[in-house]
Amino acid sequence: MTERYLVLADGTSYAGQAFGSSRETIGELVFSTGMSGYQQSITDQSYNNEILMFTNPLIGNYGVNRDNLESQHATCKGVVVRELARRTTNWRMLTSLDDFLQQQDVPGISEIDTRAVTRHIRQAGTMRAALVNKITEKTVAELQQPLDGSSLIATSATHNAYPVPATGRRIAVLDFGLKYSILRELTKRNCDVMVLPPTASLEEIHAVHPDGILLTNGPGDPQDIPHQTLALIRQLEEQYPLFGICMGHQLFALANGATIVKMKFGHRGFNHPVRNLETGRIDFTSQNHGYMVDRASVAATKLTILLEEINDHCVEGLRHQTLPAFSAQFHPDAAPGPHDTDYLFDKFMDLIDRHPVHN
Amino acid sequence: MPKRTDINKIMVIGSGPIIIGQAAEFDYSGTQACLALKELGYQVVLINSNPATIMTDREVADRVYLEPLTRKFVEKVLRKEHPDAILPTLGGQQGLNLAKELADAGTLTELGIELLGTKLAAINQAEDREAFRTLMQQLDQPVPQSQIATNIDQAVTFAKAQGYPVIVRPAFTMGGSGGGIAHNQAELVAIAESGLDQSPVTQVLVEQSIAGYKEIEFEVMRDHADNAMVVCNMENFDPVGIHTGDSIVFAPIQTLSDDEVQMLRDAALDIIRALKIEGGCNVQLALDPDSMQYYVIEVNPRVSRSSALASKATGYPIARIAAKISVGLHLDEIMNPVTGTTYAEFEPALDYVVCKIPRWPFDKFSQADRQLGTQMKSTGEVMAIDRTVEGALLKAIRSLDIDLIDLADPQLANYSTAAIITGVKTAKDDRLFYLYEAFRRGFSLERLAALTKIHSFFLDKILHILEITRDLIANRADPAWLRTAKRAGFADATIAKLWKTTPQAIRTLRKQVGVMPVYKMVDTCAGEFVSNTPYFYSTYEQENESQAFTHPAVVVLGSGPIRIGQGVEFDYATVHAIQAIQQAGYRAIVINNNPETVSTDAAISDKLYFEPLTVEEVLNVIDLEQPQGVVVQFGGQTAINLAAPLAAQGIKILGTTVADINRAEDRDEFDQIINQLQIRQPVGGTATAPTAALQIAEQIGYPVLVRPSYVLGGRAMEIVHKPAALKDYMQQAVRVSHDHPVLIDQYLTGKECEVDAICDGKTVVIPGIMEHIERSGVHSGDSMAVYPAQTLSTAVKAQIITMTKKLAQALHCVGLMNLQFVVHDEQAYVIEVNPRASRTVPFLSKVTGVPMAQLATKALLGESLVSQGYQTGVVAESKLIHVKAPVFSFSKLNQVDSRLGPEMKSTGEVMGSDQTFAKALYKAFAAAKIHVADHGKVLITVQDDDKAEMVSLAQRLSNLGYELLATPATAHFLTKRGIVVQSVEKVRENQALLAMMLRKQIQLVVNTVSQDCKSEHDAAQIRNVAIAHGIPVFSSLDTLTAMIQMLEDRAFTVNSL
Repeated sequence: MTERYLVLADGTSYAGQAFGSSRETIGELVFSTGMSGYQQSITDQSYNNEILMFTNPLIGNYGVNRDNLESQHATCKGVVVRELARRTTNWRMLTSLDDFLQQQDVPGISEIDTRAVTRHIRQAGTMRAALVNKITEKTVAELQQPLDGSSLIATSATHNAYPVPATGRRIAVLDFGLKYSILRELTKRNCDVMVLPPTASLEEIHAVHPDGILLTNGPGDPQDIPHQTLALIRQLEEQYPLFGICMGHQLFALANGATIVKMKFGHRGFNHPVRNLETGRIDFTSQNHGYMVDRASVAATKLTILLEEINDHCVEGLRHQTLPAFSAQFHPDAAPGPHDTDYLFDKFMDLIDRHPVHN
Repeated sequence: MPKRTDINKIMVIGSGPIIIGQAAEFDYSGTQACLALKELGYQVVLINSNPATIMTDREVADRVYLEPLTRKFVEKVLRKEHPDAILPTLGGQQGLNLAKELADAGTLTELGIELLGTKLAAINQAEDREAFRTLMQQLDQPVPQSQIATNIDQAVTFAKAQGYPVIVRPAFTMGGSGGGIAHNQAELVAIAESGLDQSPVTQVLVEQSIAGYKEIEFEVMRDHADNAMVVCNMENFDPVGIHTGDSIVFAPIQTLSDDEVQMLRDAALDIIRALKIEGGCNVQLALDPDSMQYYVIEVNPRVSRSSALASKATGYPIARIAAKISVGLHLDEIMNPVTGTTYAEFEPALDYVVCKIPRWPFDKFSQADRQLGTQMKSTGEVMAIDRTVEGALLKAIRSLDIDLIDLADPQLANYSTAAIITGVKTAKDDRLFYLYEAFRRGFSLERLAALTKIHSFFLDKILHILEITRDLIANRADPAWLRTAKRAGFADATIAKLWKTTPQAIRTLRKQVGVMPVYKMVDTCAGEFVSNTPYFYSTYEQENESQAFTHPAVVVLGSGPIRIGQGVEFDYATVHAIQAIQQAGYRAIVINNNPETVSTDAAISDKLYFEPLTVEEVLNVIDLEQPQGVVVQFGGQTAINLAAPLAAQGIKILGTTVADINRAEDRDEFDQIINQLQIRQPVGGTATAPTAALQIAEQIGYPVLVRPSYVLGGRAMEIVHKPAALKDYMQQAVRVSHDHPVLIDQYLTGKECEVDAICDGKTVVIPGIMEHIERSGVHSGDSMAVYPAQTLSTAVKAQIITMTKKLAQALHCVGLMNLQFVVHDEQAYVIEVNPRASRTVPFLSKVTGVPMAQLATKALLGESLVSQGYQTGVVAESKLIHVKAPVFSFSKLNQVDSRLGPEMKSTGEVMGSDQTFAKALYKAFAAAKIHVADHGKVLITVQDDDKAEMVSLAQRLSNLGYELLATPATAHFLTKRGIVVQSVEKVRENQALLAMMLRKQIQLVVNTVSQDCKSEHDAAQIRNVAIAHGIPVFSSLDTLTAMIQMLEDRAFTVNSL
């Protein structure tokens, strides 16, 4: 077994055991409190540039299978766990997590007091961290340099449009680094999907003749997005029913004049209760975000808060006051996490039906 | 919705005596519910028949009724109190069944009383098999193929069509009582017969077997606004087929991928929404290990044993929240008391592993059928928390307080491979140890997985423990391996065993190389939010979160798992000790490992350490906390056993010193005190070898009472009549060792009585004398007892009081002590002295109004009894008469003999109080659910010694309107003395007698036997059949006399002129 270190930007370091790829890495260290679903999170594009730490102490118990991939690759920069399963068995398992991360060239570290690190981040806020095989001055120096996240979406999202054909409502999915689970939910509803790159023009979208627009999740700071994209969203919402998820929600907010703030340590896990302010209904949500809509900024816009976290009142969803457009900060597509809010996809279908586009 | 204002007074129904399947968890949930309702400003009326609980303390509710949980008595309370509503879903199956009875009888409608929480219709839908299946079909939730049967033929027909094995589940019974798995028609007939009999609606479900599926549980909550959530999910170590109460359980789920977990979560939430549960609910599911196929197994529409476990496993107080939901509050209106900053609408995230292992009574019932199945057999359970599965498992084993400290059972090393395979294949209580032994012998993981259907993930954890063990052996004194082993939960004692040194040496080494435990908080949220719950577990990692109190603190040791002889009474005493410590101005720190109890509610103490009760783990806590001292006398024998080793490490034991404890428990030292004080005790001696024992018995004369020293609940205690039997006992029944010699005493017949005393070193307060109804020879825990004593003369009482004072002072007792006496020819003899809290503390505290545990705690903290307002002597007797009656769980345990003797067999107790002895007795019998018919047929079969005494009793039964049947010898004896009695053939000659019992043609059985094997077998069969069919059995003529007196008192007599 090889020693490896988790080094934080504030100089704190933790010794552990290496697994996965042997290369060294730097990323923003975040923690997720979900007790299952490591494979989905590790392959979630939103974790691009992040070192992902699980608070559940045993990770890898059921290996990696073909059904729980949320993109083609392990997307995070590194994985931090208390214990990596030594035996992995499940009827669907193709490979162990260790082997998968080796294949994917993502380094991991185990035998870490993840609760101590979690508490540290909770107090000090999210920070950069490195996984290294030896702590050097260079490591510490590098950690002081800000991470460049400006090209994250460009590298995560598709470069070419591709269809997911079916016979129902046609949805143009504007991809900022989507999770397959969004496509699965659309497919379940027989949607005829065209996935478009984030650089798609209004004309290209018109050419798809969509019945509705879906803005996907994606990695990084939404404020890094080019102005043209926000302008595009403003044009799209005027013409089509629109639904934004996660990054899509934040872009929808930005496009309509709200502002975004970085959270101290974000929401990552399955147990954030979210209230639908229209119906009073409360659901548990699958969350993964480090930025949020500044609640105070919503008042000056044409947006209304639709969904909120019941404890910290974080804005979890918005609705346009006059247009058929809404958004959710969390993942109604779950994967991993509870399915409680998949009704939002039905709501989207309903919105499309009530606002037919004359293509 | 805010809380309801249209109701003011709420009755809570408790769960009654502790029996297998309904135990201390309902004391915990009931207490939580009462406190939650009071907190909201409601008036709370509580009814429960169990005196041994915190729930029945005066402070828990506004009015506490310790009355029988029968419709008659509950109705009386309802008519007196006129509550607006009843909350029935927190008192186990007992509470629900009673609510149903009251509703069916129209009482609730008549009195305009509403049922709070989940509606009756929903409860019926969940519990009635057919209604439940219909609902599952509507919801598109798969259930195993099954057939409701109301007779044997229906069951057999279904099984023939479906194929064996099939599972039999009786409707409306608790703990799956009367159920089982049948592999063939003969087994099916036997199980279905008993199941139909035990079901109050004569209904069983015969079901397709899904053996080998993973068993998954969800503890869920829902409120009136349809908010629904999962508090905890759990995965059983054992696959489907073993009652969840008898399964080893891990939380959270370990082997399921997220989509599998979410699929089952969806099912659980769909079901509770469809049932419109308002409060807590348990959903059990089975998942195919090789596909996404699952089945819904069972739904418990109420707070249950699993919810107590889930509460302690997550920190989320289910019962408290459920009570608040029942009065209209929504989950998003209730704060999560753990974080204090988030709402109760929150699914806890765990960042540790929880392991629960049941505690079975097979150490006491060696003849019992140890096979586990759908009928629950365990009396209690332990829970352990660590950051690894291995750690949680090993800690749980240590918490069981059995002879083993890890997975290695040295006895198994001598067994044949065939025996090991059988042990692995058969799901018994000790399978874990067989699995370890099998790995040790080189069995492959694949082979064991095939033999057991236990998931290889879990089996591998056992293998891993073996591998670490081997690495330890190969790397003696290596700090790196020491660290690895500690991180995997190994005890210092285990490592010491492998390194052939002492646990103390390992401890010293650990301190030298810096391998020290840290404590992590159970905070419901995996560290995401700030939390201040003082609830911790140990692990070997980097950061310690538990900050030692700067304020003076005292550590209280709990009593561990509930078992026969060490029940909820000790938790009661522990909780009172905590409260007294806090009142005295100290911080109270608790160490305990029982998830069912009130003492492990983090809100009770200032700090809770959920840890095994071992020297190592207690010392670790003491190292950190540096308390003023440790209180051991309220935690039963578990805590007392730790006193000496802790004192040896220089730890201050508060109260009676270890030296004085030893003086009371060491026979020779105790004899010296007795001689000095000139106190009478039965003649006796101690022996460690058969020859010495025979000599002693020869001197004092047979019969003799024999027992090993240092045991609780009379384990392995016997009355021996002959030398051969004594030799047998010495050689086989007890492992003779010099550490634990055997006590041999003269067996005196006579009244037994019992005293609990509180002493501060000077003043000796005696709250009262309890008189046992059964004569000596029946264990005090199995005797009915009455307070105030009914037949003791003033002179005898005075003797008892004098002896108690003398002994308390001579033993320098500080705190509580318990003394037992036998009254023989108007002379009281001391037969037992225990310098600690006994199981009668709650009963006596409640009937005398003396807060015994609290007084004792303050005394051992240095506050004199005089300054607490008490003087030496006995407290004035109460006007009311109180009868305490034991309650047994024989119907849950096959092949356990119900005959009472010196070994304790009861699992719980009830109490009946009234103005006359007869009325109090009536209530005690009613509360114990011994329903003696006013008339009918009684079967009498008594041993020769009892025949003369039986004559007048038989006459009195006859006068009451009973027809007498007796076995030939008894019949002959009675007929000669002018009693009209019909002779029936012995069972071994004719099964007709058993058939009569099956057909309920006998209403009462009186059965006493000598220990002659042949008649004993006969008698045991009669008792077992009677118990299986709910026919009251009296195996002591004293209990019978009390019962007859009670019947006479309420019957009119008819006399001709």
